Amino acid sequence: MSNAMVKAEGVHKRFGRLEVLKGITLEVQPGEVMCLLGPSGSGKSTFLRCINHLEKINAGRLYVDGELVGYRQVGDTLHELRENEVTRRRAEIGMVFQSFNLFPHMSALANITCAPRCVKGVSREQARAKASELLARVGLADKLDSYPAQLSGGQQQRVAIARALAMEPKLMLFDEPTSALDPELVGDVLEVMRQLARDGMTMVVVTHEIGFAREVADTVVFMDGGVVVESGAPDVVLGSPKHERTRAFLSKVL
Amino acid sequence: MSSPEVTQGPGPPEEIRAVPVRRPGRWIAAALVLLVAAALARSVITNARFEWHIVGKYLFDQRILEGLLVTIELTVIAMAIGVVLGVILAVMRVSDNPLVSWASWLYIWFFRGTPVLVQLLFWYYIAALYPKLALGIPFGPALVHPNVNTLITAFRAAVLGLGLNEGAYMAEIVRAGLISVDDGQTEAAQSLGMTRVQTMRRIVLPQAMRVIVPPTGNETISMLKTTSLASVIAVTELLYSSEQIFAVNYKTIQLLIVASFWYIVCTSVLYVGQFYLERYYGRGASRAGQARDGLRFGAFASPRGGR
Repeated sequence: MSNAMVKAEGVHKRFGRLEVLKGITLEVQPGEVMCLLGPSGSGKSTFLRCINHLEKINAGRLYVDGELVGYRQVGDTLHELRENEVTRRRAEIGMVFQSFNLFPHMSALANITCAPRCVKGVSREQARAKASELLARVGLADKLDSYPAQLSGGQQQRVAIARALAMEPKLMLFDEPTSALDPELVGDVLEVMRQLARDGMTMVVVTHEIGFAREVADTVVFMDGGVVVESGAPDVVLGSPKHERTRAFLSKVL
Repeated sequence: MSSPEVTQGPGPPEEIRAVPVRRPGRWIAAALVLLVAAALARSVITNARFEWHIVGKYLFDQRILEGLLVTIELTVIAMAIGVVLGVILAVMRVSDNPLVSWASWLYIWFFRGTPVLVQLLFWYYIAALYPKLALGIPFGPALVHPNVNTLITAFRAAVLGLGLNEGAYMAEIVRAGLISVDDGQTEAAQSLGMTRVQTMRRIVLPQAMRVIVPPTGNETISMLKTTSLASVIAVTELLYSSEQIFAVNYKTIQLLIVASFWYIVCTSVLYVGQFYLERYYGRGASRAGQARDGLRFGAFASPRGGR
């Protein structure tokens, strides 16, 4: 087994008769930042959701840190994982959503300490200390007791990032983290992500922020119609794209 | 570039003082309401047949108070059964297992489809259908044989009838609450590694409560009054206690007023309880969190207490 953090081999995903992913093959190395670009409906978000098993794949193989996602292979047969095994693996993967999905009935602090306490059994004091440290890291040290509804979109998203980091994940997935934000709030969230990348976190980011991809990504993957059109270093894919489809897309968003 | 000029003298701007539009319709409507109220009050006071001293005499009568206690007991037990059953049925209803979901649907269909009075009578006469109950291993030996006639007292029949019926209604209320919570919440919880049970208990149900509490308050108030149906199967609750008294002294209206008085006192208490429950489960729901914390029940009851 290779030591890639994420390894996809011919991943297919169907919703009913609609084929959303038509054979995705790619690898993300530990410490690598990969940005997935592409028009809406190209399957980027679906692929991301397959990585932590929020969606089941229909064909192909998907590995995270050398372990098959959602299944155990015994000889040639696949066995579906039991819930506790699925949740154990999910706990190692952080995910940040376009719509934040903070728990509205909990303060920022409780949002962050909830999963470490009930999933990992971390003590209240320890979880609290870690949460304060994380909130300070995303620039929200003073928002400990605020409820999500009292925070701006950018602040909510930074709390959501802190919430995911509290589980000490080995991989972070970002699903269009800045798409629902006012333009002037995007910068704060991107800065947190930039810092995270500098600290060596392995990240897969679905984004429309070409500037961010150019600056932070190690690899840029351009997807369209459920397939990878091209991938490579950002200055290659974004600077001198080989495919007509990539050029057309970039000319619209740049 | 200079900032736009604001024409404003020293001190605050002058408040607008204008002659308000005349609204004769309002005055006429108000006068009519007052007139009707006065007529009602006059008849209530002057009509000697009300016999208010009789009402006062029986208001705290031992038998009435005992009946009131039974009414409260019935309400609490039947609602408890209803809520627990409702949560179970609602979770069954949204289950992926079609048989489980269908069983829940069937239950709701049956208990909502028949009148609760009929159900009460049914449980009261259940001994005619199953004179002996056998508790033990299914299709195996029975361990105890309770006699149904002695097991199902009038009170227990009422609890069963009201509680099982309530379960069907509560199931729909809880289900509405569960589907009101955004799928993103479940996904976020799952992505953090929480199990389905943890997600339901810590994330989905607490948020669903905001939607569940107000109609449950309604159901409780409704239940308090529906317990009066148990008088039909001779449960000595509030109404039946009153009936027993007026069957002897023929002061029918006075005792019905006594019963109504206690029903209204109880529902009023429930109003207050519902207000605080709603506020508790509304945490984080509004941007003006601090303003909400200052809200007391008085602010709800009187318009002046708002700020």
